[in-house]
Amino acid sequence: MRDAFLAALTSLAEKDKDIILLTADLGYGVFEEFESRFPGQYFNVGVAEQNMTGVASGLSLEGKKVITYSIGNFPTLRCLEQIRNDACYHDANITIVASGGGFSYGSLGMSHHATEDLAILRALPNISVIAPCTANEAGQAITAMIHDGGVGYLRLDKTAAKDNNTDSLFSIGKAIRHKEGSDLTLIAIGGILDDVNIAAFELQKLGINARVVGMHSIKPIDTDEILDAAKNTGGIVTVEEHNKDGGLGSAISEVCMDFGVIPKKFLRIGLDNMYSSIVGSQQYLRSRYEMDSEAIVNKVKKMFNS
Amino acid sequence: MANNIRKHAVTMTSLGGSSHIGSILSIADILAVLYGSVLKYKSDNPKWSKRDRFILSKGHAGAGVYAALAESGFISIEKLKTHYQDGSDLSGHVSHKGIPGVEFSTGSLGHGLPVGTGMALAAKINKNKHRVVVLMSDGECDEGSNWEAILFAAHHKLNNLVAIIDRNKLQSIHSTEDTLSLEPFPDKWKSFGWEVVEVDGHNQEEIFNACSNIDIPQNKPLCVIANTTKGKGVSFMENNVLWHYRSPQGDEYKAAMLELEKNDA
Repeated sequence: MRDAFLAALTSLAEKDKDIILLTADLGYGVFEEFESRFPGQYFNVGVAEQNMTGVASGLSLEGKKVITYSIGNFPTLRCLEQIRNDACYHDANITIVASGGGFSYGSLGMSHHATEDLAILRALPNISVIAPCTANEAGQAITAMIHDGGVGYLRLDKTAAKDNNTDSLFSIGKAIRHKEGSDLTLIAIGGILDDVNIAAFELQKLGINARVVGMHSIKPIDTDEILDAAKNTGGIVTVEEHNKDGGLGSAISEVCMDFGVIPKKFLRIGLDNMYSSIVGSQQYLRSRYEMDSEAIVNKVKKMFNS
Repeated sequence: MANNIRKHAVTMTSLGGSSHIGSILSIADILAVLYGSVLKYKSDNPKWSKRDRFILSKGHAGAGVYAALAESGFISIEKLKTHYQDGSDLSGHVSHKGIPGVEFSTGSLGHGLPVGTGMALAAKINKNKHRVVVLMSDGECDEGSNWEAILFAAHHKLNNLVAIIDRNKLQSIHSTEDTLSLEPFPDKWKSFGWEVVEVDGHNQEEIFNACSNIDIPQNKPLCVIANTTKGKGVSFMENNVLWHYRSPQGDEYKAAMLELEKNDA
């Protein structure tokens, strides 16, 4: 995802000198080419995320289109008040990019697990919150976010679902349907869509025909797609590499309740309101916390048998 | 202008029942010099691209900026009476929404300098000549975000950036030195790579000379440490932390205004 993001950003920066990339001292081996090709459009601000976000806001108010970059929770939670007061309240033009959503940096420990960011960021007014499901979506997302302007949060996972020919449909706030089905709808955000795709394939073998939706935008959210799933399929199962509180499942249930359209069955799969002191690869931790393809199949089977 | 700012502020905080009159009186002379003779602006064209950018980082003294904006023709003096009132956009902490001339909203401390640093960096990139002036409190230098910006501004040689510190030595409960000592304060800024000038923050000529002498910092941002008295101009408010919170009412209001009106005579 990061490569696709950077390729798209490089292409944009070639044409627009107002694009400025700030990094809080992360991106070794990643940004060297960007730095040499675009002098004056790249600043390593040091390990100082609060100042990075404040500086980004100041640059933005003078007409610049700014990207702030770091990993995990550093460009978001560390400087949350700067995002709220300096960026969002001032209608700044800033895209906050975090590499390493969810358990991307699983082995690095709890400090590097980004498992509450979507909930916390989407609580802010005047921001879009996007976690691409595929690599192509990451490139298309940064292009759309810079084009649309305003404050946005782009969460990049280490792993991604396979791209398919639906990627050309990308639009902020518009979910992508990856598979048709009527027995239930599996809705995922981020790279964990890969596990959802596998789970849907396995469920098909068991005679359960699942619709699969990639919900890369949690804010704004695709209300029509959610209501269609609630009305026209046998239930909704949400999958996110994120704490359940306030995340994708919460956002989708809010839409259902607001519109008075109650799915026949509803299940949230995600991290169960905890921090992980266990480390491991992203895929190991998905399995450990029962959100990988095998766990999704088992939970759906149990839901249909109950 | 300074005495008018003080009178407006005393009236606003009295009508609004609002806090921070001591903090406002502390910077009235600085605001008067900035809006009277240092900052370049056009009150009939607040977004004029060549204007100097001014950020009040100690947002709790927002009534002082509103008063300065009224004295400078950005907003009406009549509007000041709405400060702190139901439905008003003149909030206790300075806000840009609906108020021409306010560059940036603050209220949480430690935000103004990083943002001003970004504005100064943008001016350098764009090869613009305007300056960015950030007025800060001394107490807010407890905030780590400021020191991130202080490092950044010096590293990038932002000599178009001026930080003015309202050094009244009193913060929310006790003195700065009893709370989290700042001294040797000028040396700290110097060691971070800033040019530092100390002035009497109630001597307008000294403030003007420090802020307008753009030849001093060659490749450095400028820090003006303005030694001030919290509550300056109203004797019973001076150096009394009570007036960080208390709103002047009744006889207190009359006594304060009487003292300030004597200055007009």
